[in-house]
Amino acid sequence: MYRWLLCFRYLRTRYIALASIISVTLGVATLIVVNSVMAGFSAEMHERLHGLASDILIECHTSGGMPDPEGHLEEIMKVCGDDVVGSSASVHVPAMLGIDFNGQLITRHVNFVGLDPATYDNVSHFGRYLLHPENQSQVNFNLREDGFAPDREQFPSSGWGYRRARVAYERAFAEEQARIDALRTPANSITSENTGPSLEIGPPKIFQENDSEETTEFDPAVEQFPGIILGISTSSARIRDEENNVRDHYYCRPGDDVRMMFPNASDNAKVVNQKFTVVDMYESGMSEYDSTFAFCRLDQLQEFRGMIDPSTQVRSVTTIQLKLAEGADLNAVRDALRRRFPPNIYAYNIQTWRDMQGPLLAAVKLETTILNILLFLIIAVAGFGILATFFMIVVEKTRDIGTLKALGASSGGVMSIFLSYGLLLGFVGSGAGLIGGLVFVDHINEVATLIEKITGQEVFDPTVYYFTEIPTIIHPFTLVWVMAGAVGIAIFASVLPALRAARMHPVKALRFE
Amino acid sequence: MNSETVLQAHDVYKSYHKDRIEVPVLRGVDFEVTAGLVTALVGRSGSGKSTLMHLLATLDQPDRGEIHFQGERIDDAPRSRRDRYRNHDIGIIFQFYHLLPELSAIENVLAPTMIGRSAWNFFKHRKEAKRRAEAMLDRVGLLHRASHKPAEMSGGEMQRAAIARALMTDPTLLLADEPTGNLDTETGLEILKLLTELNHDDSLTILMITHDDSIAESADHCHRMQDGQLQQGMPELLIA
Repeated sequence: MYRWLLCFRYLRTRYIALASIISVTLGVATLIVVNSVMAGFSAEMHERLHGLASDILIECHTSGGMPDPEGHLEEIMKVCGDDVVGSSASVHVPAMLGIDFNGQLITRHVNFVGLDPATYDNVSHFGRYLLHPENQSQVNFNLREDGFAPDREQFPSSGWGYRRARVAYERAFAEEQARIDALRTPANSITSENTGPSLEIGPPKIFQENDSEETTEFDPAVEQFPGIILGISTSSARIRDEENNVRDHYYCRPGDDVRMMFPNASDNAKVVNQKFTVVDMYESGMSEYDSTFAFCRLDQLQEFRGMIDPSTQVRSVTTIQLKLAEGADLNAVRDALRRRFPPNIYAYNIQTWRDMQGPLLAAVKLETTILNILLFLIIAVAGFGILATFFMIVVEKTRDIGTLKALGASSGGVMSIFLSYGLLLGFVGSGAGLIGGLVFVDHINEVATLIEKITGQEVFDPTVYYFTEIPTIIHPFTLVWVMAGAVGIAIFASVLPALRAARMHPVKALRFE
Repeated sequence: MNSETVLQAHDVYKSYHKDRIEVPVLRGVDFEVTAGLVTALVGRSGSGKSTLMHLLATLDQPDRGEIHFQGERIDDAPRSRRDRYRNHDIGIIFQFYHLLPELSAIENVLAPTMIGRSAWNFFKHRKEAKRRAEAMLDRVGLLHRASHKPAEMSGGEMQRAAIARALMTDPTLLLADEPTGNLDTETGLEILKLLTELNHDDSLTILMITHDDSIAESADHCHRMQDGQLQQGMPELLIA
């Protein structure tokens, strides 16, 4: 009883112990905030990566692809049974995207995916990341009238409305240019204003292949080429304007035409050069996908690449994606499929989404682990503070220790006073740290805004991160081990001073000055 | 051994060591404390009287010799027995009071009880303990200062509180090491008067260490220490 009474009195009257409490509080709060933010980032990344990629991916590396995807699916269902709840076949091919921008050609290397609109959403969250609300519920490769990205003020007008207006403008411009040319003298000077590398009217030459046929039959004001959905970063750039505000600049938008160049499916591959009309854009928040993917209809891509057997009309695909039931063992299913389609017979690459994103997720996990170790050192430093403080208190209390022993207190009892004091400091410090950490996490975005106002430095740069707010997740287990660790360090730090107090000779202690 | 003897030291030796030099403090001391009487131990500073008191209180252990409490050898008893001896069987008061500064007067008085019992046991009997503590404070005339901390009390009041603390467990013997050494004459006389009253009214056995012969004159027995030994042939002072 006397131990706890003395502990609480020491806590109230020894202001130097406040320094130890504060250091434990700061260490615990920092660990809680960092772990919550890392967990939030990790979960967000996890969800996006998993949402973008299906559970199991079966890729065929041959140029002709995987014939008879329905037959393959039957075999897959025999192997996997009820574990498979969704499937979708697609064609993946490397391609070059060409965008006409102010008379210049912008090219991007992309992964061109032909997907089945009816089934692709069964294996991934593809639709969720499209800009048009109607396309989010059901993917459609027909250009819509308007209504793209209604939540974004800066998104330019797109759709059929824009397309018709653009075509009308181009036609009017062409007519005016023709009239001027007719009046122009042969030796015209080049103006000082930069209008791009070419003064020729119309799109670059690459866009003019086969145009002679298209212009006679194709009216862009009322017709569209096959629809294509572009990853938003393939056709835009995120910049800061004169007022330092983040702004997206779009090289093309839904309603514009682009050119895709990709190999056909022959063993003696030739380049297919095909125009597409942009019908929507895809923004997942993961630059790996937004800057490297483009999507079109599966059947159209199969036709362009010649992936239809002329005799049987069976269509080939390059990829089958599977969605597994909740709780299914991904690795077990992957291994079973690998046994069914062994690599010595089939040129298939069968992986789970974790296999594909493993290095990235492992890097995040490693970073979290290292951060935790480093931050725990803060609490360890607090522990050394407690050690020094307690040694001082033991020296200061030497006569009182002698008094307690004269009154019959055992050495163990005296030792337990200081161990209990360490325990109390640990509890108070970690309790305050828990509350502070949770409050900080709850208002982290407001704190970031405040820091930005005070320092003028951006804390959370949306041009770097694809989140608009700092994501946080609090795991109860994290709170428990952080607090337990802090209390443990506090107790451990008090052992040596407590031992010193316990071993004091009563007579020497009573005579201490 | 006299059956009225409460505490006895037999052929006790004690030395301290400083830089490999042995400094003898007690050299073959034989000493007895009789129940119900006030025994004084006088001597100059450095004569070894405080060292003897520390050995009698088991705050230290003799190099040679034995110490008995009510017929039980106490100097080499197990540590727990010695702790209990200091907590329950004897009370000790010091020249510099040695009150715990963070605790109030009544909490200081309760300290021996808190130390001697488990937390649950103390909690169960806390009201009874508090009543006894208040009674002890009242006995020494300090009840009105029960909630005051040592820093808020005078030297005389602190020594009274220390006496109340020493009596809390109803000890058989009270050891007083220079109880008036840090007080002015008048206050010192008040303390001596209180100790005398305790002896007369409650038959409390008291062993008082002092360097002041005039204080020793009020005791029932007086022993003089010199150079680590009790002087032989010294007439005992008897108070009628």
